[in-house]
Amino acid sequence: MAEINDNLSQPAGTRASRHLVQNEDLLFEVSSPGKRGYQLPDLDVPAAPLTAARADIPDFPELSELEVVRHYTRLSTWNYGVDTGIYPLGSCTMKYNARVNEHVTRIEGLGDGHPLQPESLSRGALRIMRLLSDYLLEITGMDAITLQPAAGAQGELTGILLVRSALAARGDRRRKVLIPDSAHGTNPATAAIAGYQVENLKSNPDGTVDMSSLDRQMTGDVAALMLTNPNTLGIFEEDIHRIADLVHERGGMLYMDGANMNALVGRARPGDFGVDVMHLNLHKTFSTPHGGGGPGAGPVAVKRELEPFLPIPVLTQKATLDYDRPQSIGRVRAFYGNFGMFTRALAYIMANGSDGLKQTTEDAVLNANYIRKKLEGHYTLPFATPSMHEVVFSDAQQAQHGVHTGDIAKRLIDYGFHPYTVSFPLVVRGALMIEPTESANRQEMDEFIAALRAIAEEARTQPELVTGAPYTTKIRRLDEVAAARQPVLRWKPKS
Amino acid sequence: MRYLPTSDAIRRDMLAELGLNSVDVLFDHIPEYCRLQRPLNIPTGRSEAEIIAWFQQAARDNAPGFTSFLGAGAYQHFRPTHLDQLISRGEWFTAYTPYQPEISQGTLQAIFEFQTMICQLTGQEVANAGMYDGSTALLEACMMAARVTGRSGIVVARSVHPQYREVLSTLTKPREFPIAEAGFTPDGRLDLAALKAAVTAETAAVAVQSPNFFGTIEDWEAAAAIAHAQGALLVAVIAEPVSLGLLPAPAAADIVAMELQGFGIPGGFGGPYAGIIASREKFLRSLPGRLVGEARDSDGKRGFVLTLSTREQHIRREKATSNICTNQALCALMASIFMATYGRQGLRELAQQNLSKGAYLASACQKAGLEVLFPAPRFHEFAVRLRRPLAAIEARLHQEKIIPGLSLQRYYPELGNALLVCATETIPRAGLDRLAALLSEV
Repeated sequence: MAEINDNLSQPAGTRASRHLVQNEDLLFEVSSPGKRGYQLPDLDVPAAPLTAARADIPDFPELSELEVVRHYTRLSTWNYGVDTGIYPLGSCTMKYNARVNEHVTRIEGLGDGHPLQPESLSRGALRIMRLLSDYLLEITGMDAITLQPAAGAQGELTGILLVRSALAARGDRRRKVLIPDSAHGTNPATAAIAGYQVENLKSNPDGTVDMSSLDRQMTGDVAALMLTNPNTLGIFEEDIHRIADLVHERGGMLYMDGANMNALVGRARPGDFGVDVMHLNLHKTFSTPHGGGGPGAGPVAVKRELEPFLPIPVLTQKATLDYDRPQSIGRVRAFYGNFGMFTRALAYIMANGSDGLKQTTEDAVLNANYIRKKLEGHYTLPFATPSMHEVVFSDAQQAQHGVHTGDIAKRLIDYGFHPYTVSFPLVVRGALMIEPTESANRQEMDEFIAALRAIAEEARTQPELVTGAPYTTKIRRLDEVAAARQPVLRWKPKS
Repeated sequence: MRYLPTSDAIRRDMLAELGLNSVDVLFDHIPEYCRLQRPLNIPTGRSEAEIIAWFQQAARDNAPGFTSFLGAGAYQHFRPTHLDQLISRGEWFTAYTPYQPEISQGTLQAIFEFQTMICQLTGQEVANAGMYDGSTALLEACMMAARVTGRSGIVVARSVHPQYREVLSTLTKPREFPIAEAGFTPDGRLDLAALKAAVTAETAAVAVQSPNFFGTIEDWEAAAAIAHAQGALLVAVIAEPVSLGLLPAPAAADIVAMELQGFGIPGGFGGPYAGIIASREKFLRSLPGRLVGEARDSDGKRGFVLTLSTREQHIRREKATSNICTNQALCALMASIFMATYGRQGLRELAQQNLSKGAYLASACQKAGLEVLFPAPRFHEFAVRLRRPLAAIEARLHQEKIIPGLSLQRYYPELGNALLVCATETIPRAGLDRLAALLSEV
């Protein structure tokens, strides 16, 4: 894009600035034979022989410790994290990951605990799980909980298996799961893995569940409605009571995807509005770090009827482990789940307390509404319905100039921000899904708003500036189509 | 609240800009019966010092400072100090999935390197970016085999980790995948004759673990031959990645389902860990989970992107290869740093030390008059028969701050008072001698 003026491609007076960035080759290219980054203690027992040992691990890296440290330090500087700045990825709840959470997780006796050590030597760990369970039950208004699922999607699967077992116990076998068109992709994928046919439920013009469609589709063959509330448009399902009643009257269960609980904590409880089973994402609402794409944790909370089916082992009220659960669906993961996320989430709840949790919810909702107000008109708001913790715009105005949500996102990087979620939810054409969370401060939000307004202006006056972005990053736009056509998924030595 | 960057004055100001006099208005559209009308029954916010003190007490109520001989799918290896320091950089642990490659090249290049190292270790052609753990990787591998073969039968060795088998059973139940088990011989290895009898023309996957749950080393080629004779795929399960420093790569397998905890991921009461799936290139489109591939930018520079995502749930929804939406990236990063640090020589030396410690402890137990159950070659873990049930002697061992291993009573009652014992490089010779002496005394 030589024709683009460098002053324009590097917007002045914004959050972004140029900085020395190191190049770094692949580990295998930095490696050279005979280097080592480790030293083991001398072996104090005789070396045992092994017949049929492998000869070598060809091309495996060989680096000194310093080179390992520099490699991963340099790579890290090419990333953007919550610690870097506002990270408004809708639906992901990129909030502050407090350092004390990291600290307590690594305390000796916790961080190095073995999952199979005797219960008598695990009292502290079990107490952590009990207290976290109790707090999560209080926050959700549900009756019982399992912490075992490894992530949100595994929580969904666990929840749907619980529904399946509970219905079977009623002597009721059903074949379908209803899922709104605004749902996360994991919902239909989960229902399919759980052996159900997926039936799509259309949204109404408000962006919420269409009651007449629900009435028509909620037949005696539907096991569950999987609902996200607030939904992925950031809209609270105001008809939730009628929805729950209808599902229950027809013998089905209401599953709630708790991905958006950051809008509700301390303000509303799913257990009070008819939800039978739900999962929580500890890495969203409860601040455990996203880690570049995991690990997460997806506890599943249920109403009393589903309790007998919870995965084994079940943590009792006395913080002991109960394996004698004849109706249990079984285990969904080895050991007890992602325990390291339990300590972090508990530390988060303790630090906030009831007062801080409520304030957090209010700030998250206030921030999203502030951004909505300031960007309305500059971008098209597809639904006039009130927003909660996130707001979804469309690129309808910009698309007239050939500029799409993905382009705007790339241009936002030049202004120094991580983009919002692009092209999701699918019910909005060209969606810009913005979730500032409570962690965005006003000054940065104002800069973010100014950047998006400036980009809207650029889209009108110099669309090619936006469609060519980003300009300021270490690499430019990558050819993803070519990458998928002839995939190169590993390094190989030059032959 | 110390995490919130918004003061009351700013809140009032922002509300004024919205034309509101109270934040309550923003929640007014929630029907009244849904609204919580009281504070949560949770104590108010606590200081950092109080939180640390609370967790320190909880840690003391576990087993700090104990010498543990537990393995069974979670292995204690030394974690180089730079590992935690590197992953604690905010650019690593506070980032999310690299959906925007231009500002996520660090994560993407690290995953590309990770995929490469996993291929080098396993002798496979492609590896994904990560699964939740070994148990769920086994499930995903079996479901992948079912997609590839168009069959649904699974034959799993009884010497595969019992909890992995439980997960497999739970999560395949709704789709009614028939699961058969193949037992083990008195030498502690998979009973190949039983396997041959169990595998049929309906079998999609044959799942075998090595080193198996008893620490015994299996023969990949022999298992592969039996699977392939019926057109089934061999799923190689590896619960201890350090073993690959010395043991032959499972190149004969069609799919590898591996737990990576042994590569620098803390024991942490069972998680978070990371698993992987590696396989042959021809099965690429059936692979679950994320993949990172090389790409060129508009200036021709090399970079990396998430690729082949048309297999995944956010694109394919109910037709996806899996519902997974994570790759345990931070755990995979720990494993990468561990692999890069030990490297080509170090991983071998580490494996050699573990093999030697295991052999020494087994021989010390035998010399002390205990019966070591299985004679076949093993890595660093083995089963030993006690004269009395573990429960009868446990208190005495705990007094000495020793966790002697895992009683096999729950999982393999037919083995009597058997104890599964693991000796890694972290336990000095004196500790091994002490355990053998104590076990023979009681």
